Amino acid sequence: MTTIEKTADDAVREGAGDDGSPLLEVRDLHVEFHTRDGVAKAVNGVNYSVRAGETLAVLGESGSGKSVTAQAIMGILDMPPGKIPQGQILFRGEDMLTMAGEERRKIRGRKIAMIFQDALSALNPVLSVGYQLGEMFRVHQGLSKKEAKVKAIELMDRVRIPAAKERVSDYPHQFSGGMRQRIMIAMAMALEPDLIIADEPTTALDVTVQAQVMDLLAELQREYHMGLILITHDLGVVADVADKIAVMYAGRIVETAPVHELYKRPAHPYTRGLLESIPRLDRKGQELYAIKGLPPNLLKIPTGCAFNPRCPRAEDICRTDVPALVPVTEQDGTELPGRGSACHFWKETLHG
Amino acid sequence: MADTEKNEQAMEPAADATPNVTEVETVEAATEDEAVAALEAKVDRGEPILQVRNLVKHFPLTQGILFKRQIGAVKAVDGISFDLYQGETLGIVGESGCGKSTVAKLLMTLETATAGEVFYKGQDITRLSGRALRAVRRNIQMVFQDPYTSLNPRMTVGDIIGEPFEIHPEVAPKGDRRRKVQELLDVVGLNPEYINRYPHQFSGGQRQRIGIARGLALNPEIIICDEPVSALDVSVQAQVINLMEGLQDEFNLSYIFIAHDLSIVRHISDRVGVMYLGKMAEIGSDTEIYDHPTHPYTQALLSAVPVPDPESREGRTRIILTGDVPSPANPPSGCRFRTRCWKAEDKCAKEVPLLAIPERFAGTDSPAAHESACHFAEEKDVVHA
Repeated sequence: MTTIEKTADDAVREGAGDDGSPLLEVRDLHVEFHTRDGVAKAVNGVNYSVRAGETLAVLGESGSGKSVTAQAIMGILDMPPGKIPQGQILFRGEDMLTMAGEERRKIRGRKIAMIFQDALSALNPVLSVGYQLGEMFRVHQGLSKKEAKVKAIELMDRVRIPAAKERVSDYPHQFSGGMRQRIMIAMAMALEPDLIIADEPTTALDVTVQAQVMDLLAELQREYHMGLILITHDLGVVADVADKIAVMYAGRIVETAPVHELYKRPAHPYTRGLLESIPRLDRKGQELYAIKGLPPNLLKIPTGCAFNPRCPRAEDICRTDVPALVPVTEQDGTELPGRGSACHFWKETLHG
Repeated sequence: MADTEKNEQAMEPAADATPNVTEVETVEAATEDEAVAALEAKVDRGEPILQVRNLVKHFPLTQGILFKRQIGAVKAVDGISFDLYQGETLGIVGESGCGKSTVAKLLMTLETATAGEVFYKGQDITRLSGRALRAVRRNIQMVFQDPYTSLNPRMTVGDIIGEPFEIHPEVAPKGDRRRKVQELLDVVGLNPEYINRYPHQFSGGQRQRIGIARGLALNPEIIICDEPVSALDVSVQAQVINLMEGLQDEFNLSYIFIAHDLSIVRHISDRVGVMYLGKMAEIGSDTEIYDHPTHPYTQALLSAVPVPDPESREGRTRIILTGDVPSPANPPSGCRFRTRCWKAEDKCAKEVPLLAIPERFAGTDSPAAHESACHFAEEKDVVHA
């Protein structure tokens, strides 16, 4: 029945088994979409990396390019209209963008798997879940239908779907939202990949079910020592599971930081604005802090820093020069490992 | 609230009246004119404006094509009672499928209730018709969840916001409407010159402002907001919440704020009701519910909410419920939460717990003394633990 548990110590998750080199590294990735109205620059030079056993949270609003980056990594971007004019996606040192299709197919699903947001539209409604789960084994490992079904039942047990044996030939609509998301997780876990990309895995779920699913995901990650890229806009979920965070705005990473640092001392006005707009107990009855204005149109991203029309700190330089993602230091110059900010005034934002 | 009374009602689960809600002062109106006049009356701040008593909505499940037989019912709302006071915000939280949106539709008289009453200024609106019903509908307006589908793409903003005036011409005479619509646009923070634009020319946050302007058009007294910000981006949510709070002060509105985001509900609400499977599990002021919850479901719900503070993740006690919400077509006997509850005992399967102040807290002035529908109500601080 219901369990009451303490959240596990993070120390177990970090560190252990690192050979130093990142599992996946995205370097200066650009993605654009050619539309009738012009070129929409969805991703404009994104850099990030994930190690085995590490959780990277990519935080951003809709249109910030967080999902497009993930689709580019998986190689499921619609091309055309999508185009990757420059950049590298290195998986264990090999560039996936220059790879042959056949080679890439070997990585996809087997080494890197993805969990999608809306399980009902990600699953095929006319095939039983057992068949869809078994497909991974039939295609990648050449198992027979019978063997694949046995494996599918094992997987469903693994993600704690009750009565897996009876439910293996049920169809997606016969499952509840939380159960469907478990099936998505099972499908991603099937071949025990090294890296999982979870694109808003719990956004469509209720909070009590969200807690179950996130717990399951964290447990499986610990067990198989996988890297996890968690794409979300929920600052609460991020705080609960992430090791490090990359905040995206208008196709760029505007801030990177280890999770504790980011919440304590944001170094970019956008991050600060997001954190301050969370309703807090001591502010009840007062106005919420709100970032003014709207996220930019990707067809015409403002010149200079894309955030400048909404930024309380913007000055002339912000309207002309694009700020680079620079390492952030303490006031006395000591390095803060893993931290970076793409703001001309990060010093003032962090220390001021 | 005597014990005997409670037991009597417990034996009879069909009519589980909540014993602790106040008596409704009904208005007897013989003619339609009297009824309309009574609806125009002002209600003082802090007085109940809307009183819901044992509201029930069952959606029939039928079988057969030619001769339909009813084989059951989805018990979407199954006996709910609460008061809404003038000028306050009542938050209603719960998981999907708990009936919160059905409550909104019932209050709007968009659905007919299976049983129970909704008193607006002392008149049961479930029985009104004609002019009196129109007068009620003028005063209770709604803001919908999805700003993308709740605005007609073929109508201009001016037509959308002005449409309520077509049905209620007494509010704004024809020649005056354009000016009125522009005023409303200004009130919700949009440029009045946008009056001839179409919804697709606006972002999600701006569209929700249009939806709010439409809700305000007839100067209502109550606005029912069904998940008004859940479809919006994080940085835009705060803007819309601030707007709604500002409008409440300016126009003296009462809100029923339905949402699943517990932190936003806490921010905006004066009182909060927690629903589970068609019933109210717990209701009280925001501090009573958030800091002193006594119903196990509320405790689980609050503890499951991810806290945007990484410092709290180590050592935070989380109650993780197993399983999903049972089907409202076949709810568990007795307490509906018992199938997922860690405190459940035999009594919970037999007796429906009443929404009342738990005996152990009754008469004390502790903040745990608020209405909670649990046989084993117990205070447990989950947010700060």
